[in-house]
Amino acid sequence: MSWILALPFLIPILAAMVAYLGRKHENTGRLVSVFSCLLLFGVTLLILAMVESGGVRVAQMGNWSAPFGITLVADRLSAIMLLVSATIGLAVAIFGLAEIDRERELLGYHCFYQLLLAGVCGSFVTGDLFNLYVWFEVMLIASFALLVLGNTPVQLDGGTKYVAMNLVSTLLMLTGIGLLYGLTGTLNMAELHRELAVMDAPVAMDLLRVLFICAFGIKAAIFPLFFWLPASYHAPPLPVTAVFAGLLTKVGVYALIRTFTLLFPAGDGFGHELLLAVALLTMVTGVLGAAAQYEFRKILSFHIVSQIGFLVLGLALNSPLALAGAIFYMVHNIVAKTNLFLICGTAGRLTGSYELREIGGLYRAAPILAALFFIAAFSLAGFPPLSGFWAKFLLIKSSLEQAAYWVCAIALLTGLLTLFSMSKIWAEAFWKPHPAAGDYSLGKLRPSVRAMHLGPIVVLALITLSLGLLPEPFIEFSLLAARDLLEPAEYVTAVLGTYAK
Amino acid sequence: METALAILVGILVATGVYLMLARNLLRYLFGLVLLSNAANLAILAAGRLTRATPPLVPPGMMEPPLPVANPLPQALILTAIVIGFGLLAFALALLTRSYQQFQTLDSDQIREAEPVKEKKMEEAQG
Repeated sequence: MSWILALPFLIPILAAMVAYLGRKHENTGRLVSVFSCLLLFGVTLLILAMVESGGVRVAQMGNWSAPFGITLVADRLSAIMLLVSATIGLAVAIFGLAEIDRERELLGYHCFYQLLLAGVCGSFVTGDLFNLYVWFEVMLIASFALLVLGNTPVQLDGGTKYVAMNLVSTLLMLTGIGLLYGLTGTLNMAELHRELAVMDAPVAMDLLRVLFICAFGIKAAIFPLFFWLPASYHAPPLPVTAVFAGLLTKVGVYALIRTFTLLFPAGDGFGHELLLAVALLTMVTGVLGAAAQYEFRKILSFHIVSQIGFLVLGLALNSPLALAGAIFYMVHNIVAKTNLFLICGTAGRLTGSYELREIGGLYRAAPILAALFFIAAFSLAGFPPLSGFWAKFLLIKSSLEQAAYWVCAIALLTGLLTLFSMSKIWAEAFWKPHPAAGDYSLGKLRPSVRAMHLGPIVVLALITLSLGLLPEPFIEFSLLAARDLLEPAEYVTAVLGTYAK
Repeated sequence: METALAILVGILVATGVYLMLARNLLRYLFGLVLLSNAANLAILAAGRLTRATPPLVPPGMMEPPLPVANPLPQALILTAIVIGFGLLAFALALLTRSYQQFQTLDSDQIREAEPVKEKKMEEAQG
């Protein structure tokens, strides 16, 4: 039964092949894409249930026992990330049916979309560092293709910056992995945990910490490595931006959390102190960058950066509560952020522009959309009782417990500035009248298009609401996941079994 | 041998970074190629260089007689070369396409995704 752990990437890869072969037919790619996402959702739900009932699940690929083969591992963090990714994958796949034109479908949009999901899911289940690198590359090449698919000048420019920066990150990661292998002689993350715990090589360890922070930091878009993100995320069609915003940077954060709990736990080195400083700077620069923008998608892009700061903050504070906050925040943020981008897409479709100065009047023209935006935006800003409030509450409570008052102050200030940006969008896009008279209501969309737009948005908004109104089981779950991360004995034993060097 | 390789990696990284600091995107790409080769050599050196027999298990034995060369770094590098080849080929294609589009490779002049301030100001006033 452990083969089920391979399904989260096998399903999308298979779907990608079928979608590519059938791209000439009008509906093959579309059907395959949605069906694959549905299947993926079911499988990830099952994996989460298995992990909840029986602890860490492990699959040894090709029957090579760990640490010699590639091990797939699902613990609570992996399982919840898989489930959220599948949810987002499904929501954006449906949204994409209405937004992606036929030309891009012919170029293989559905194929690359599925490959992207395969890369994301693969990164979440692997227990091997080099395999993580490979999944990052799968994800990266698919994202390159999605980013420039369609060949518009903006996409070419944005794509160049994205490619240039991410290739550097790839090389740093590869070098880090090579040196780590040279130091320990293994690439299995569980065995690395054992080896590095008794390793006495402070200089080499510090070098590796910096390499991994830089490598994953570029992917996660932390300060000062985030400039590629606002330069490229507004370039592709909106569904692509939405899935990037939801998943890609979070895979970087996931990798940071994994390496800095399992491989380099807090203690001797300066890794966590560095992460703390970087997290605070990321939060502030991101939110200030957003304040200067007047384009719907660019504001949201800068907010991705700012939110990444909160996630890294949870990791850097390094207490069970803070890490639980980071995990809760990650789930909340993926859902709310993707939803904001989808709403932005619908708003752009209705009004014909993403420039806030050129649009408006959506509160009157599309009150449902306004309500949905309200839920997602104010959740992001951390309004009670929405999900963002609990996520921030956990992080701020843990910063107070550690008497890190200035951390708490910066986090609260960032929340306030987030609110400022969200009210700017609210005032410009929804409240003020549209500069030109016309029909901007949802009624002008065809019913099928309207359903593909509103369906995913409503579902994601409901998830945000339920995370906010019934936070207890989710907080409970995050606390358990955080405990697993900080005391990885179960993870290590599950992977390595009785093996000892 | 490790020392020689380490120095070679150092030279490659230095050249690569120097090229990557240029505004010309093609130079940037060439720098990246050098850097990726440096990373591969670093893995090879980190995996210990041994002049020994290849790690083949003779018939009737469960493990090869020591000492043998470590095959894992080479497997890693092979994977990394293939992936790197794909990525760099894509990057080159992207550069060609954007050169056709913008008629320049100077990254300062390609401002399609992030228009410069003056243009924005004009738009705001106009």
